[in-house]
Amino acid sequence: MKRAYCILSATLISSALLVTNGALSADTPLGLPPLIVPVDNEITEAKVALGTKLFEDSRFSSTGEVSCATCHDSDSGFTDSPKVVSEGIHQLTGTRNAPTVINAAYMKLQFWDGREPDLESQSAQPFLNPVEMGLTSHEPILEVVRNDRAYRRMVRRAFSIDPDDVTMDHVQKAIASFERTIISGNSPFDRYRYGGDETAMSEAAIRGLEVFEDDGRCVSCHTISQSFALFTDGKFHNLNVSFDRISEGIGNLTQAYSERREAGTNLNVDVLTEADVSELGRFAVTGEWTDTGAFKTSTLRNIEVTAPYMHDGSQETLEDVVDFYNNGGAVNEGDPINDFQSSGIRPLDLTDQQKLDLVEFMKALTSPEYASSGIAED
Amino acid sequence: MSGILNRRLLLKGSLAGITASCLPLSLIKLSFGATAPAKDFTFAYISDSHIQHIRGKEFVRNWDRGLIRAVAECNLMSPKPDFVVYGGDIAQLALPQEIDHGLEIMSRLNYKTHYVMGEHDFYLDMGEYWERQLGPQWYSFDHKGVHFVVLNSILTYDKWVNKWASGAERMGVMAGLDDPRGSPFMVGEEQRRWLAKDLAAINKSTPIVLFSHSPIQKIFKNWNFWTEDAEEIQALLGPFENATVLYGHVHQIQYNQIGNITFHSAMATAWPWPYPESYAQADNALPVLTVPMNRADPFFERDATGWQFVDVWSGKASVNYSLPQNTSRTVAYDFEAGRPVDTKYPQSLLAPQDHY
Repeated sequence: MKRAYCILSATLISSALLVTNGALSADTPLGLPPLIVPVDNEITEAKVALGTKLFEDSRFSSTGEVSCATCHDSDSGFTDSPKVVSEGIHQLTGTRNAPTVINAAYMKLQFWDGREPDLESQSAQPFLNPVEMGLTSHEPILEVVRNDRAYRRMVRRAFSIDPDDVTMDHVQKAIASFERTIISGNSPFDRYRYGGDETAMSEAAIRGLEVFEDDGRCVSCHTISQSFALFTDGKFHNLNVSFDRISEGIGNLTQAYSERREAGTNLNVDVLTEADVSELGRFAVTGEWTDTGAFKTSTLRNIEVTAPYMHDGSQETLEDVVDFYNNGGAVNEGDPINDFQSSGIRPLDLTDQQKLDLVEFMKALTSPEYASSGIAED
Repeated sequence: MSGILNRRLLLKGSLAGITASCLPLSLIKLSFGATAPAKDFTFAYISDSHIQHIRGKEFVRNWDRGLIRAVAECNLMSPKPDFVVYGGDIAQLALPQEIDHGLEIMSRLNYKTHYVMGEHDFYLDMGEYWERQLGPQWYSFDHKGVHFVVLNSILTYDKWVNKWASGAERMGVMAGLDDPRGSPFMVGEEQRRWLAKDLAAINKSTPIVLFSHSPIQKIFKNWNFWTEDAEEIQALLGPFENATVLYGHVHQIQYNQIGNITFHSAMATAWPWPYPESYAQADNALPVLTVPMNRADPFFERDATGWQFVDVWSGKASVNYSLPQNTSRTVAYDFEAGRPVDTKYPQSLLAPQDHY
């Protein structure tokens, strides 16, 4: 796996050196669009190397046992599959299923509720979360970096600064740069749709693609474009996943949390430590009622290796997910639909064959470098 | 325009914690400003849900969901509205089961609700079932210094009413949008007499807010964006310093100023109508219609349905329309121009109606 990143990274970095204005434009994997890189954080080999080391370093947790890679494990498609929700220090659990880092670089907003705008700002949060890495400040990270000979050398190379002057800004930029190299396409679907290889997908998967784009209505949110496919609209939807936990007292909950937001509460901590606040979804971030119980559309790339599914990992298999959507957002047909469910979700009336085909199609979204992780290939 | 901005700020400040783009209903805020701030209050406005029976216990899911969401979000309002107004067309074909199903959804509201009759509630049995469930078809009430009037503006000529073989046939024809067999809406003589008497007792400086289902203006006859005796109702409102008419039926954003009367429409919870062609007859121009909505994403059934805040400042309305999956809009009263203007799209494509 490590080697694959290196190759991927090397490709990206060589591209990065060719472009100005921060935009990468060439040599992206088949099926992905050019990656946009912030102008103030150009990808360099030195930064990626530093970011990789930071990502995997468990010294940045209060117990010294948890790193970013603990929950975003390359061997599990950069998730902690098959865990339902992530496990931090002292086996403490949060409220949400670890989203994959793969192609997170393309996300317009980060986290399930979009509470951080980019990879740089996202990367600073888990260190301080009491159920993730449990530090009380970022200072211990900087202490380690300033005093570790390898880090000092890497910081100097990456940012041309005296390592004593390293700040979290450098740490975040390095981690983000590493994450921008974790982009992955070239799945059987990509080779079929964009590579002109009609044999790249099975017949069942080809039928499944048709369901995906037509009767299944999947493509409305899990987008496929003419020359690339991110399989996400980057928007937030209330699907009716586990919202019934808070339906009862929703009026009091929204009002109470709005007041807490105004008073200045810690959103990052609240959403992972308070089950009911977590279920508010994007509402907790924006305070807008249209966002009540809404979570970000996740990408479907490598979905087979990142089970379980949904923001709280409450759905075990892809078959479960298809049934859920087919029922109009209900685990069991006839389950109550919450009042705030996104109006794009409705019963689909798919046949059993269509449902099977749909699952086969989703299995064709796994990139070759992850095909052996998580669930073994048939 | 600075006056508008000031009032918008005041609106925002007085509704701290609520974002304008999040209301699945029309939220009306009445304000009496510095002279009597204690009288400020809000009410919500939900309209045109068109609950439609299919068979057995089945109803059209899309229309159900629109009303369910409006009710749920209305219940989240903070500060709480003093009451809710339902603007008419709770049913599609006035079937008792449609009215009951709609009222069952509405019953989850935590607030007192006043209902307005729509033609889709009426023409099956001439409003009999609706009236049995909800009471009088026209009435007035006072709340914190404002005189509210509810009219049934969707009546029509007796001759037309009596020409059909069945109520269902009559309802079917009236439910059609551009059906030449239809008949124009009107308030009618009986109600006009009642209204004249009702208003006679009211001080001319008291703000009047009138609810009707049809516009009390003559916008486009073929779609019954029309009230046959609109001029006579307008004449009754004429002597009042501040009169506002809020109406449903049109499923889109409209606003207009005729003399002292400010008109605002409400969005539907069910579906949007496109903007009508202008009425071709001489001496009839359209009210200001805002620019067509940017219908960005029809995948969402709630797209181009809408909700709004309305701030009636000393009787003048400022309306903030919140459009799901779309950019919110504000139509505010411009004191210099003496009429409401769209603050985002101030350029009007058509001259406002100043005669009719």
